[in-house]
Amino acid sequence: MTDFPHTWAHRSPRARLALWFGWLCLVALFVYCWQVMTANTIWMFIWDAPRQAADIGNRMFPPRLSYLPELMKPLWDTLNMATLGTLLGVILAVPVAFLAARNTSPSVLILRPIALFIIVASRSINSLIWALLLVAILGPGLLAGIIAIGLRSIGFIGKLLYEAIEETDIRQIEAVTATGASPTQVLNYAIVPQIMPAFWGITVFRWDINIRESAILGLVGAGGLGLKLQASLNTLAWPQVTMILLVILATVVLSEWVSAKVRGAII
Amino acid sequence: MLELAALTKTYKTGDKALSDVSLTVPKGQVVGLIGPSGAGKSTLIRCINRLVEPSSGKIILSGRELSGLGPRTLRRERRRIGMIFQEYALVERLTVMENVLSGRLGYVSFWQSFTRRFPAGDIERAYRLLDRVGLMEHADKRADALSGGQRQRVGIARALSQEPELLLVDEPTASLDPKTSRQIMRLLIEICAERGLPAIVNIHDVPLAQQFMQRIIGLRAGSVVFDGPPEDLTETVLTTIYGAEDWTAMRKDGEADQVAEAEAVASLAMISA
Amino acid sequence: MTSYPTTWRRPPQIVTDRRWRIVLTVAVIAYLVIGVGSVDLNWQRIMEGGARGLRFINGFLQPDFTSRWKDISNGLIESLTMTLTSTVVGVAISVPIGIGAARNLAPAWVYYICRSIIAVSRSLQEIIIAIFLVAMFGFGPFAGFLTLSFATIGFIAKLLAEDIEDIDEAQAEAIRATGASWLQLVHYAVQPQVMPRLIGLSLYRLDINFRESAVIGIVGAGGIGATLNTAIDRYEYDSAGAILLVIIAIVMVAEYSSSYLRKFLQ
Repeated sequence: MTDFPHTWAHRSPRARLALWFGWLCLVALFVYCWQVMTANTIWMFIWDAPRQAADIGNRMFPPRLSYLPELMKPLWDTLNMATLGTLLGVILAVPVAFLAARNTSPSVLILRPIALFIIVASRSINSLIWALLLVAILGPGLLAGIIAIGLRSIGFIGKLLYEAIEETDIRQIEAVTATGASPTQVLNYAIVPQIMPAFWGITVFRWDINIRESAILGLVGAGGLGLKLQASLNTLAWPQVTMILLVILATVVLSEWVSAKVRGAII
Repeated sequence: MLELAALTKTYKTGDKALSDVSLTVPKGQVVGLIGPSGAGKSTLIRCINRLVEPSSGKIILSGRELSGLGPRTLRRERRRIGMIFQEYALVERLTVMENVLSGRLGYVSFWQSFTRRFPAGDIERAYRLLDRVGLMEHADKRADALSGGQRQRVGIARALSQEPELLLVDEPTASLDPKTSRQIMRLLIEICAERGLPAIVNIHDVPLAQQFMQRIIGLRAGSVVFDGPPEDLTETVLTTIYGAEDWTAMRKDGEADQVAEAEAVASLAMISA
Repeated sequence: MTSYPTTWRRPPQIVTDRRWRIVLTVAVIAYLVIGVGSVDLNWQRIMEGGARGLRFINGFLQPDFTSRWKDISNGLIESLTMTLTSTVVGVAISVPIGIGAARNLAPAWVYYICRSIIAVSRSLQEIIIAIFLVAMFGFGPFAGFLTLSFATIGFIAKLLAEDIEDIDEAQAEAIRATGASWLQLVHYAVQPQVMPRLIGLSLYRLDINFRESAVIGIVGAGGIGATLNTAIDRYEYDSAGAILLVIIAIVMVAEYSSSYLRKFLQ
């Protein structure tokens, strides 16, 4: 009979030590960050928060239903901002995606990095920041909102689309190339048909997200429901705030439902 | 007529896929290309229409040289070479008709192909080919709605719509069942005979090759080791193509199986005893 | 000799009825006309904006990091600390909620409670939550920290719950068959299967939280967003450009390193 060891450990001692050390570092980092972050916090306000919350909560109810008709025009503006912004984003994103995809980029060394930078820049800046900038440049209004939504959508659509382009079936492309087709014909006959479902799915998905985002762009002056929200907050008209939030919520739920339906039909 | 002279392909990794392959395929001849996987069959076929760029050597199709052409002239020459693929390589989301018409892409302008307005002659030819391969009523279906055998027929129609002077066929039956495989091979042979079309058929199924091909070329590690009629394909020849180890290994496996079976029978006998 | 047709038209793929196609086309064009028409353009204002736009692009190309460096670095420190603490706290709270929101582990009443917490957290925009939390807790990064933690819960708990629901039932079955308790089941059958994904999701959320921390500053929740807002309000486009470049750089670094870390951990 062989002797079996009496103890058994999931990991080697060294790995366990490393793991514990990792956790310790995380905790230390957390504590340190907490200290830095709360250095200037006035704790009195924070202990006061529950009372404030109760106060606001009391003022918010009931929502002011009579405010609803006044919200219809901003709602329409919000929808337009999202839809036209998505359209703009798609128009700008498609060429960027083809430049960024390794298998369709005309120049891997120069154009591809530029396209990738456009995508990252657009993705890392929230549409609210774009709107903030554009309102400062173009003045308040829907146009700033549409462009902000469009600019933010480039990164999202561009990234997902170029990944879809890179995942196309190489054999179908090879087969069309073998017939003597030109590169643009290969694009048209072998690549575009393959990415069409992904393209529609991504577009509708982004449209759904854009509805959420355009609802709040008005906070910085880009029109739509957010503008009313800002006005109501400034005048401390809490029942109106509640009403606006309910309308936003309903719109978001509805657009999510539509987008899920459409994507279900495509795939 | 196709002529290959001293065709060599070395990949960037340093792997030598083809070394010094020279052969001639006269008009109307159907050549079977056999060899173990990794022997360079697929590379050879793709070197001919330069989907894979050969490192050195010459490719001459009916008197015109294909090696060293620029992209534009290469596209024009590719129209003369039809290619049929393993697993069909149809554009799944296009209709059958568009797949067949895509064989004409080298002949029409981008705008014509983009708007799907092909010349009347092209459309008539496409219908005739679909009728020839027995898919007339499927023209408006999407390619992914067809069965494997039907898809390969569309692949054949696409290659023929190019009005090629040479057919390159890459493992046409690899993903088909035995019966459909034979139907597809028969169709290919008939069509080549009708048009006097030379073809190189890359095939891994030796009995199928023997049954249908007029001439067999055996490739091993990138070199031609056999070239002759299928009758000459004896067991010794197959050993040179596929390697001696493989044959003995198979036999060893067989022995091991026999031993295992004998043991299993013995243990069953013990249990029942 | 039979004759073959010489024309062919691509059959419509999505809407096969001709009438519906016409109706849809008309509707889309009508919407575009009305929608574009609803954008009231103030051309004079836009012309004026051109010059300002050029100044902004200039600021972006020649960013000024130095003159407001103190504000920028303060904002950055706030943003980064906020990001880390909120991700840690958010993930820590998400784990029990995620387990509770997994249909195959939790009893029905726990399931519904956890799912509604997730739904509330997901349906409210970060910025709206931030407005309320700033009103309750006062200006500063603490409100931002709470906002991001809350938003993290909806994100992580939902994806975690979906992961748990997708685990290999056979493995859970095998552990259950040994007579393990519920806690042992979670530890031995669920945790090993979802742990790599959880770490990946947390890193991804860290990335998102940083990006969001740049936004919620606009409504007073601290961080780099507040600095950016001030810079734009003062028309200091070169400082604004510098801040945006810093944000882009950090996001790029975070994205690159988190994808590297995820590969390393799996």
